[in-house]
Amino acid sequence: MLEIVVNIALLVIAIAMVCLIYRVIKGPTMPDRVIALDAIGINLVAIIALVSIMLKTSAFLDIILLVAILAFIGTVTFSKYLEKGVIVEHDRRNR
Amino acid sequence: MKTNDIILQACTKIVLFIIILFSVHMFFAGHYEPGGGFIGGLMTSGALVLLMLAFDMRTIKKILPIDYKILTAIGLLFAVGTAAGALFFNVPFLTHAFGHVDLPILGDTSLHTATLFDLGVYFVVIGVTMTIIQTIGEDGE
Repeated sequence: MLEIVVNIALLVIAIAMVCLIYRVIKGPTMPDRVIALDAIGINLVAIIALVSIMLKTSAFLDIILLVAILAFIGTVTFSKYLEKGVIVEHDRRNR
Repeated sequence: MKTNDIILQACTKIVLFIIILFSVHMFFAGHYEPGGGFIGGLMTSGALVLLMLAFDMRTIKKILPIDYKILTAIGLLFAVGTAAGALFFNVPFLTHAFGHVDLPILGDTSLHTATLFDLGVYFVVIGVTMTIIQTIGEDGE
């Protein structure tokens, strides 16, 4: 029973990721693509969780937090580049 | 244009400690679980990169006055020192030792010298990553 539910959830998340990849390719502006990539990262977290349920292992639980942190840092970096044009500023007060 | 990203800065102040704790957990879990010095060092440098994004380079150099090239050298010294320490006990290079030690607070703790080697890897990964990012990211003004 649980395997069927996990398989259905994986299928639905995979379809959602395909739609997000469409938005990454097609997206008219750059913020659309950034938001789609962020959502792909979160969907990847869900897929890792479902796969670790399916394989009956707890070895991937660290990877979930890792992917979430990396998606956050990547999205913040892209957003700062889109807003300011620089990623790491030298001195914020004198600018 | 003066921007005010107080949400990013407030989030960073909280999330930074979670990432650093997670990286330390990854570092110490490396013997029995997935993890180790490499991924722990990468996560620590990820936390420092987040700090650089939210604040500026001058603030980071003020609160963390670390020369990352020296940190790389210290890490290599740890690795070579752990490997060469085996030579004093008449065993081959890179032989590690294992034993139970009675520590004052922690009690009976099993310690392994591979952790010191891993600490060297951790320092080298932090040093190299932060050197690359500082060198590329700074816009030379």
